[in-house]
Amino acid sequence: MSKKVVVETTINGEATEFLCEPRQSLLEVLRDELELTGSKEGCLTGDCGACTVIINGRPTCSCLVLGVEAQGKKIDTIEGLARPEGLHVLQRKFLEHAALQCGICTPGFLMSAKALLDRNPSPTEAEIRYALAGNLCRCTGYDKIVRAVIDAANTLSGARAA
Amino acid sequence: MSDRNESNGEFRVVGTRPIRHDGEDKVTGRAKYGADYNLPGMLHGKVLRSPHVHALIKSINTAKALRHPGVHAVITGADFPEVKGAMAQVGELVVNTHYLSLNVMARDKVLYDGHAVAAVAAVSKHVAEEALELIEVEYEPLPPVMTAEEAMRDDAPVLLPELRQMFMKSRVDPGVPEGPDRPSNIAGHIQLQRGDLEAGFAAADFIVEREFRTAAVHQGYIEPQNALAVWDASDHVVIYCSTQGSFNVRTLTAAVLTMPEGRIRVVPAEIGGGFGGKTTVYLEPLAVLLAKKTGRPVKMSMTRNEVLRATGPTSGTMFRVKIGADRTGKITAAQVWMAYEAGAFPGSPFAPGAMTTLGPYHIENLLIDTFDVVVNRPKVAAYRAPGAPASAFACECVINELAEKCGIDPIEFRLRNAARQGSPQPAGPPFKKIGFIETLEAMRESRHYRSELIGANRGRGVASGFWFNGGLQSSADVNIHLDGTVSVVTGSVDIGGSRASMAMIAAEVLGVDVKDVRPLVADTDAIGHNDVTGGSRVTLATGMAVYHAAHDALRQLKLRAAQLWDCDPQEVDFARGVFTRRGKQTPPLTIKDLGARLISTGGPVVGRASLNAGAVGAVGNAFATACVDVEVDPETGKVQILRASITQDVGRAIHPSYVEGQMQGGLVQGIGWALNEEYFYDQRGILRNTGLLDYRMPTCLDLPMIETTIVEVPNPDHPLGIRGVGEVNIVPPMAAIAEAIYQAVGVRVTELPINPPRLLNALRASSRSTANQLASAAAD
Repeated sequence: MSKKVVVETTINGEATEFLCEPRQSLLEVLRDELELTGSKEGCLTGDCGACTVIINGRPTCSCLVLGVEAQGKKIDTIEGLARPEGLHVLQRKFLEHAALQCGICTPGFLMSAKALLDRNPSPTEAEIRYALAGNLCRCTGYDKIVRAVIDAANTLSGARAA
Repeated sequence: MSDRNESNGEFRVVGTRPIRHDGEDKVTGRAKYGADYNLPGMLHGKVLRSPHVHALIKSINTAKALRHPGVHAVITGADFPEVKGAMAQVGELVVNTHYLSLNVMARDKVLYDGHAVAAVAAVSKHVAEEALELIEVEYEPLPPVMTAEEAMRDDAPVLLPELRQMFMKSRVDPGVPEGPDRPSNIAGHIQLQRGDLEAGFAAADFIVEREFRTAAVHQGYIEPQNALAVWDASDHVVIYCSTQGSFNVRTLTAAVLTMPEGRIRVVPAEIGGGFGGKTTVYLEPLAVLLAKKTGRPVKMSMTRNEVLRATGPTSGTMFRVKIGADRTGKITAAQVWMAYEAGAFPGSPFAPGAMTTLGPYHIENLLIDTFDVVVNRPKVAAYRAPGAPASAFACECVINELAEKCGIDPIEFRLRNAARQGSPQPAGPPFKKIGFIETLEAMRESRHYRSELIGANRGRGVASGFWFNGGLQSSADVNIHLDGTVSVVTGSVDIGGSRASMAMIAAEVLGVDVKDVRPLVADTDAIGHNDVTGGSRVTLATGMAVYHAAHDALRQLKLRAAQLWDCDPQEVDFARGVFTRRGKQTPPLTIKDLGARLISTGGPVVGRASLNAGAVGAVGNAFATACVDVEVDPETGKVQILRASITQDVGRAIHPSYVEGQMQGGLVQGIGWALNEEYFYDQRGILRNTGLLDYRMPTCLDLPMIETTIVEVPNPDHPLGIRGVGEVNIVPPMAAIAEAIYQAVGVRVTELPINPPRLLNALRASSRSTANQLASAAAD
């Protein structure tokens, strides 16, 4: 076991310093060292997307990134999506559309969807399906998830137009 | 989305679509699933798993692992008590506790790739993993048996020397020996029979006879199994885990460890999917033993590799189906032979597979033989309508072929044979009021079915399915609080939004706003018994308990009103949350008014109900019909789903959004089962696709929107008409897809999954045979 390393990073807008072993994934650091358990472990191989976080603006499976690689990066997790004034529009639309059943994949979907809307505010249904293809949901058949993201995008562009 | 009540004015809350009560926790990451629990001083457990498929364990040496820094304990089969063979009915499951014990931890023999042989508790999961590599196990490999067909041969290697082929009347019947008295891999044989088969086939104008196979598939829940155990000095243990049945975990863990149930408390965490796979125990007894041995809390979580190798998938199956029909499209006789792979220990869904197949049809002459067969694969677990999807695939494919031979539209063919109230189920007893015909009519009238499908290599298929749905035991408390708000407490784990349904049922009865009702899921010591969240039973049975508990609270509140008014309770009327005194101008009282006066009128009001809503199959029978359009790429054999829809009789939809969600989810799992998913073993019996890249489940890029039509034919055995919704939707899709492929390219594929190589082979074989026919015709 090699010695622990100090890593300086920014998580959900807050300067964060943590100690981790070089073999620990970012997901493990978030969950076990920083108690940010909203990111979920479904596979540890980058296939299910339940651990998706946004690193420097890009949706990323945190199970495929080492904790030490977070040095100097800006990381957004599900815990930072809502604001003191209320839920993010994606969170609201997921609830209104019943876009979750068991909810284990939901944080990952929300982060992937946020990354999509941040770079493409008016995606087509095909673009949404493409952007979310790295996130597995076994409960919903995706119908209501896709509808929730479409509605969130429309709401956001409506708010911009107003 | 709309706030419109979809119950046609019959109800105030039922049929609306409120935001689920646990929703905010789940979209913010706050909800605590099993793996999210951490306790001070906690150790991490890991399991050593067999790399062999079938082998004797000659020795296990744990000395090096125990000396590894950071390791606190190692357990092996030697640490487990011997559990006598007993068939326990645990909710909808029938469990042999002896075999459960052997599955949780191997003793002298491993029976599949991934079978647990030892477990370690250490200061971190990495240290525990290092220790696993230091455990020395000496194996003597034995020849493996991987399929039911191989395992049923007389000369097949024997997995369990004590096993004899038993002829059983039902799945809970121990049975009587059948065939020669020698070890067998056939654990059970059940026969369902009625009428005169020979006469039935003699009356047929068309007979279709085919053989089918389906590959083992996994439930594919995104959250791996987990357990955290805390053993205290008075020999009591608390288990935190993600499970579909906390009371099951208590019963089964107690059985495996031969300890009194009363010393175990199970706290159900939020659960990240189950689909039947989380109705038994794997890690819980190990975590408990490690916690006992170390005196520290021990947490265990599986990797995806472990989930696929060692938890129960569903059975691989084989069927021989022969069905006859006369020229008018009436089915005259049906004979079905079926074998289900149980995995390493008896207990496949071979009985429900037989009891549900052909359930949608009224057939006078019927013979079904079904077999439970052990093979060197992980012990199967329940998977959404266990047994029914495979047997429906086989029989519905033949039904579609018969409809074509008779020249009758497939929905019309089904209508002519449809089971209705009074029709005999395959297992004998007649159906009560059911809604199969209504699902067919809803499909026939749907925009999808009435639309025209244009284009080359495109086809449409329909199929139907039947599933029992469950009753079983449930308990509920309805607490009236001093501010007039209400909490509803049950022990039914919420796997897909059932908290919302429970709150809505209480709000409906009590006439309060659903936002003023807080639904909770309590642990095994905090509420009366609740059987598993499975068998489509929560909204049905736990909903029934909540309904009665709310009425119990209402009865007590009426007494309080009568006390305040100093009148006979019979004079108190109640409607829409308001109590009034009959024939008097006394100012009415709301539940909020009464809440404020609970202390002065006798203390808290708690409505209670606990009940057994009936045996599995006796209440709430459900039917569904699916329609799928596909396009086949003849170059690659890839099948694209163009359009998919489903109609399902749910009795009564409490929260229509979550009802639709179940229908869509079940249909999509069926699409995965039909086209992609498969346990892929190599020749040595080693599972080769142990990750979600190779065990490929549908992604949103593979799918269109999924159209649903909710059919409501109220369940006569339920005060709200609820039938349950979770399972029957996975039964029809596979046969619908196989038929759509046939309509698209003219080949009938009788083996699942219909993946590109298999379909390409079928297309090539078909074009070769066409070419041969043309060649021989030319030669003539």
